[in-house]
Amino acid sequence: MNDTNATPLLSVKNLVVEFNTRHGPVRAVDNISFDVYPNETVGIVGESGCGKTVTGLTLLRLIPMPPGRIVQGSINFRGKDITRLSEKEMQAMRGADISMIFQEPMTALNPVFTVGNQMVDVIRRHKNLTRSQARTQAIDMLDKVGIPAPRKRIDEYPHQLSGGMRQRVMIAMALSCDPKLLVADEPTTALDVTTQAQVMEQIVKLQDEFHMSMILVTHDLGVVAESCDRAIVMYCGNIIETAPIEELFEHPRHPYTKGLLESIPRLREQKMKQLPIIPGMVPDLLHLPPGCRFADRCSRMTDRCNQEKPLLEPVEGSGDRSVACYHPFA
Amino acid sequence: MSELLKVIDLKKYFPVRGGLLRRVVAQVKAVDGVSFSLERGRTLGLVGESGCGKSTLGRAVLRLHEPTAGQIFLDGEELTRLGREQLTARRRKMQIIFQDPYASLSPRRTVAQTIQEPLDVHGIGTSRERQKQVEELLDVVGLRKQVLSRYPHEFSGGQRQRIGIARALALNPEFIVADEPVSALDVSVQSQVLNLIARLQREHDISFLFISHDLAVIQHVSDDVGVMYLGQLVEFASAGSLYHEPRHPYTRALMSAIPVPDPKKKSKRIILGGDVPSPMDPPSGCPFHTRCPEVMPVCREIIPPRVNMGTASSPHFVNCHLFTEESAEDGAGAPAGNSAGTSGQ
Repeated sequence: MNDTNATPLLSVKNLVVEFNTRHGPVRAVDNISFDVYPNETVGIVGESGCGKTVTGLTLLRLIPMPPGRIVQGSINFRGKDITRLSEKEMQAMRGADISMIFQEPMTALNPVFTVGNQMVDVIRRHKNLTRSQARTQAIDMLDKVGIPAPRKRIDEYPHQLSGGMRQRVMIAMALSCDPKLLVADEPTTALDVTTQAQVMEQIVKLQDEFHMSMILVTHDLGVVAESCDRAIVMYCGNIIETAPIEELFEHPRHPYTKGLLESIPRLREQKMKQLPIIPGMVPDLLHLPPGCRFADRCSRMTDRCNQEKPLLEPVEGSGDRSVACYHPFA
Repeated sequence: MSELLKVIDLKKYFPVRGGLLRRVVAQVKAVDGVSFSLERGRTLGLVGESGCGKSTLGRAVLRLHEPTAGQIFLDGEELTRLGREQLTARRRKMQIIFQDPYASLSPRRTVAQTIQEPLDVHGIGTSRERQKQVEELLDVVGLRKQVLSRYPHEFSGGQRQRIGIARALALNPEFIVADEPVSALDVSVQSQVLNLIARLQREHDISFLFISHDLAVIQHVSDDVGVMYLGQLVEFASAGSLYHEPRHPYTRALMSAIPVPDPKKKSKRIILGGDVPSPMDPPSGCPFHTRCPEVMPVCREIIPPRVNMGTASSPHFVNCHLFTEESAEDGAGAPAGNSAGTSGQ
């Protein structure tokens, strides 16, 4: 869990990421700051286009540049600023210090190499091991992520595995060099619910075993509720609320967070006539309003919201909660 | 209430060809003996994981996939016996809404052309009447008239899905198959579209076959629910009965696997081992026995019969050896094979 006295493992400050498009530059991530502490799981949630995936990719400098670029800000990881590292230093860091798993395991794995080949490559890149030593370690990792008959599976190709198995292989690969931080981008979204349950359970177990921190990027608030310590809610490139998980779900402050929580279809005792909704839709990133980006969908909107953009500020008397809203819920 | 749709022992097998002569080497049993009926003005939710055959079933019911065997009756008429021309005429009564609002609209047609097409195909009204109807349909699904001359790429996912719904409504159908209509949408938009579908059903008295992998979505829209696994319906009941007391071990596992958006309720999860077997080579006996936490020796050999655990007027069907007609008549509703279930593990 999060110990506020500890030094953060990762510290993002005023990060801005832009993409050049035909219609002009778009700020996918607009001035965000957050910390991740050792052994902590932080969820970054929001809907499509809110900037959560770009945030995750930027932490490993995996956004394509160009058209993307880091305009300003710093990403501090164990004393190094990731935004300033050379590509070579970055390569040494990826996989070894910070690892990532992606939504679609079929596209993230190379279809023409066996699972073993790909894993051995990753391991030998960061560790001084022979092929056979690396292979032994790969089998060991496959076993840890719950792949039955790892000795047989290691010589199979990705297409021979089911979706859940492929995602396990991705996890095994990501953890094979003992990273301190795992960025998991929608790791279970492509999977069926029963498989999702298996895979999430495995991830949480391994996180404990490997003493690593995790950033879980997802649109699924259910997954966040079950596996995170703290959540960051993003909307239109901004962080609009952060809070420890229980407080966020019990007393959401930002009207968007509240609306999002209410509109999830969930199993209920009684069928509802109407699901609560958030009216309207997300504004176009090319034509953002000058004030609060959620204003035109918000029930608490006032003139001030349309004129001045609210900044993310700590909520008084509540330790580690922040919200970017002039009229937050109590 | 009257019965609108009746499906009896429907099967859809896809041949797998291989070898030098492209002979049929195997069959994918996507839908393997499914029977159900749907009453007028009600929604049947069909839930299951990818590859369970729910989409194939939805399409086979409309004969968009030609069924391999079985009968389908719409309004008392046997669809499976109709010739091409007759079928096209009947299609006015039955429509489909697709999952992917990006792939289901032609990028080269304006909104007006897209929504008007079914009216053109069936030669309904004069061109002015059609235009007027298109405008009314837009209003029904909550889009403004100004969008008529625009193209699909100018719209968000939720708006596109509304266009797809307007197209499906154009012919005043009695029956709509909605195949994962909200799963490509963000939650805040998802609930807008779900509310729209629920409203349309109330106002237009349309029957829906609503296909989804999401049990929570299914609960919100359905009157009756069928749970599919490997091409078969393993449980079928009114939504109230199914969600209140799920019987089949697969349904129970599916429900427990849903992540609950409440950090205080750590759900007691039934984690299923392994993967869904291939529909090319389904297991003997009960299709679920390879993953079932309560598997008994009998499950490996004998296909479980359909048992009614509810009443005659409000049936709760389940295909599982844990239940027998006797246990249903006792009214206790406890799994009949409970003791056998433990010893079988």
